[in-house]
Amino acid sequence: MLVRVQTEPFDAGAELNAFAQGHTDVGAVVSFTGVVRDTNGDLTEMQIEHYPGMTERAIGKIVDEATARWNLADALVIHRHGTLSPGAPIMMVATAAAHRAAAFAAADFLMDYLKSRAPFWKKEITSDSADWVAAKTADEDALNRW
Amino acid sequence: MNVMYFAWVRERIGIPQETVETEAATVNDLIAELRGREERYEAAFADISALRVALDQELSDFDASLSGVREVAFFPPMTGG
Repeated sequence: MLVRVQTEPFDAGAELNAFAQGHTDVGAVVSFTGVVRDTNGDLTEMQIEHYPGMTERAIGKIVDEATARWNLADALVIHRHGTLSPGAPIMMVATAAAHRAAAFAAADFLMDYLKSRAPFWKKEITSDSADWVAAKTADEDALNRW
Repeated sequence: MNVMYFAWVRERIGIPQETVETEAATVNDLIAELRGREERYEAAFADISALRVALDQELSDFDASLSGVREVAFFPPMTGG
């Protein structure tokens, strides 16, 4: 299990390859990469604030729960903070398990919980506005699936 | 205790953290104290339903006890991922 919280960009492909190597006991590796979306074509940058200390603890707990529940062989979470450009990777998760159903479900679970239970806050900056992204009811509701 | 603010809560109050000397028994008591201080606190805590609280870096509730707590953080619902 590896959790990284960082300002630097990352290469999702290289991270995935490194993650997938060295496991001979898994039959499935699933990954998800979240990217800064410019919905209206006017996004200058996205600023992501986090709560150092609590962030690592919260992600660690979420990963531990996923690992136990789906018997994961391994899990990876990378999440950036600071100032990001449109199209830049924000975060990625990867899961490794014996079978794909477990790997997919665990990755989905990790994403739902990282969205609503890891202390990050996104702010969208355009040429004439700076707005904190509001949490969606649907994101909170998604937790009830689990 | 150390009180921290994040995102728009930090912006409204104007500082990321401060040391608060308080006898408040619960989070709600602490909020009532802070609201009585200045308008910027009143503005930040006007709608508690828009806020979340963490005690010593664990999500908690507004009626939770502050006994033994060293760090309180107030912030809006999280938007990670």
